[in-house]
Amino acid sequence: MKRFTHALIEKNLILLGVLTLLTVAIGGLVQIVPLFLVETTIERVQGIRPYTPLELMGRNIYVREGCYLCHSQMVRPFRDESERYGHHSLAAESMYDHPFQWGSKRTGPDLARVGGRYSDDWHAAHLRSPRELVPASVMPPYAFLDRPLDAEAIRAHLRAQRGVGVPYSDEMVAEAANDLATQATPEADASGFSRRYPNARQAAFDADPKVVTEMDALIAYLQMLGTLVRFSDVTPDQLRQP
Amino acid sequence: MAAIAAPIPTEPDVEAPVRAFAIATVFWGIAGFLAGVVIAAQLAFPLLNLDLEWTTFGRLRPLHTSAVIFAFGGNALIGTSLFIVQRTCRARLFGGEEMGWFLFWGYQFFIVAAAVGYLFGVTQGKEYAEPEWYVDLWLTLVWVTYLVAFGGTILKRREPHIYVANWFLLAFIITVAMLHIVNNLALPVGDGVGKSYGMASGVQDAMIQWWYGHNAVGFFLTAGFLGMMYYFIPKQAGRPVYSYRLSIVHFWSLIFLYIWAGPHHLHYTALPDWAQTLGMVFSIMLWMPSWGGMINGLMTLSGAWDKLRTDPGLRFSVTAVGFYAMATFEGPVMSIRAVNSLSHYTDWTIGHVHSGALGWNGFIIFGALYWLIPVLWNKKLYSERLVSWHFWVATIGIVLYITAMWVSGIMQGLMWRAYDEHGFLQYAFVETVAAMHPYYVIRMLGGVLYLSGALIMAWNIYRTVTAGKEEAPAALPAALPMAAE
Repeated sequence: MKRFTHALIEKNLILLGVLTLLTVAIGGLVQIVPLFLVETTIERVQGIRPYTPLELMGRNIYVREGCYLCHSQMVRPFRDESERYGHHSLAAESMYDHPFQWGSKRTGPDLARVGGRYSDDWHAAHLRSPRELVPASVMPPYAFLDRPLDAEAIRAHLRAQRGVGVPYSDEMVAEAANDLATQATPEADASGFSRRYPNARQAAFDADPKVVTEMDALIAYLQMLGTLVRFSDVTPDQLRQP
Repeated sequence: MAAIAAPIPTEPDVEAPVRAFAIATVFWGIAGFLAGVVIAAQLAFPLLNLDLEWTTFGRLRPLHTSAVIFAFGGNALIGTSLFIVQRTCRARLFGGEEMGWFLFWGYQFFIVAAAVGYLFGVTQGKEYAEPEWYVDLWLTLVWVTYLVAFGGTILKRREPHIYVANWFLLAFIITVAMLHIVNNLALPVGDGVGKSYGMASGVQDAMIQWWYGHNAVGFFLTAGFLGMMYYFIPKQAGRPVYSYRLSIVHFWSLIFLYIWAGPHHLHYTALPDWAQTLGMVFSIMLWMPSWGGMINGLMTLSGAWDKLRTDPGLRFSVTAVGFYAMATFEGPVMSIRAVNSLSHYTDWTIGHVHSGALGWNGFIIFGALYWLIPVLWNKKLYSERLVSWHFWVATIGIVLYITAMWVSGIMQGLMWRAYDEHGFLQYAFVETVAAMHPYYVIRMLGGVLYLSGALIMAWNIYRTVTAGKEEAPAALPAALPMAAE
């Protein structure tokens, strides 16, 4: 029998290419595929719901402006982090996040649980001019978000979200434009909206209820971050991951 | 044997597009370094965000990373790989001149389309994979064409063996295609909106993203650049590769192990522990094949170390391998969960990336350019003295950069977890931001030096290619610098 030598591979492009592809495919298959198959990857907690149309548009602004480049949304299970930010983050809390926004750098603080921590007015003033509230901040000013939100395509957004697995119902898609306006208008009747999106907050986020602005959408998103799971109701067993 | 083979009539290599890639490398390098200096300055002096939506840090940061990785690094990789594959296979580029020009303009179009999008806030929101679906599709087309051109040239080769540089370049092309396609699977919103939503979400999306992200480092910035190293260092040193056997062992182990390392970006997150542990263990193992490549590169100089004194271009290449050694030691250390709990989310990571990017990737490209430009234009390099200047200015820049980031990163990590004597957190977050200021200024100065070095190079190259008289072609043995089997 002829002894194997590496020269065999070096002289055959197809063999070299196929063996290379096999070699580089293995790690990814082992690490990625089980995350879709093992049920306990996502903790079994109550309260996670899809984003309201306004929150979703706010989230898209968060992505558009590259907020994730300086702010993480992933509290690690350390004493200092839970004291600074709150309960460590669960996989379930980002299960409807396309894309995930866990981030990789904290030039600014973690935002996974920023919801409810400051007032709407604080957020609006801080986004417009960060250094007026926090003199040592290095955050860029976002006063330009005080412009009308372009939400013409909101139903298409919800349909695409449904296409990638977020459980928006037909009713949610049909009512998307109304729900978006309702959430930013405190006087509007919110009975249908609150049924579709339990615990979603209705407010004039930027203090001006007349126009739905990008500022409204972004603040609506920031104010719900990390508020969906009530940790007083969660048992350790529900949090168990493999 | 009675008959002596007649010399094979050879068509000239396709070189005009390679020259264009070389120029584009210099151009995008300077653009990317400049963007880096600007965003570094914004972190030190936030007024420089200019109160305009197009110039905020959040929009410019992807411009910087894409410009240096995909525009500077990518043009260097594609250009040198087309040169290397033709030389080492003794075959003209598959598809000829037209193929080369399609790749060149196709790739530049990708860069410009992505960059313009960033300024207007068009992004998928995934680091190093920001371009939207239509730009991704275009890149896929260009990339498959690149694979066909590269593979086709190897199939036409007149050398029995495929040279080791081409193994690495092939692995780079194949793996980047796989990563790019899987990480960018997305559903466009339609209805006149350019946006799309990725197929995966949350924890799965995080795993796929860092499988992609870390292997953009592993295959774009490492395997591809090792391909460069395996051609240019033997050429510059005039010596064969140190060990053929080591090339084989470290090639297969490097490409097998690298792909597992992604989860070290997700330590202590909501990613299940088993995946984090796999990521850590493989990252530590990765140290060995990384240093295998480093040893093979450095030891190629045995018997030719004196050339470091006379060839400043070689100095770049060798220092690059030194930085590679340092970064591939630091990486496994940072992947250990206990270390990562301190380093993650801080500037230490930024410093680590830059010792790799500025030291390894940048310097190996500079070394290759200083060798390649005179060969491609048949001219003598305008000034070796300026190469030395470039070398020292850039090296000092890197040292300032990475030491500033070590200090700021470790300091901030420690401040976040510091408790006072009453058991309260000692620092508010914003105090840790304020403490970063001096280091952000030093980092910016390091960047300015690195950029200055690149400008010196651009001037040197400009004078070289526009010089009047052509030199006789430099001595270029057709034979390969291949180690004996």
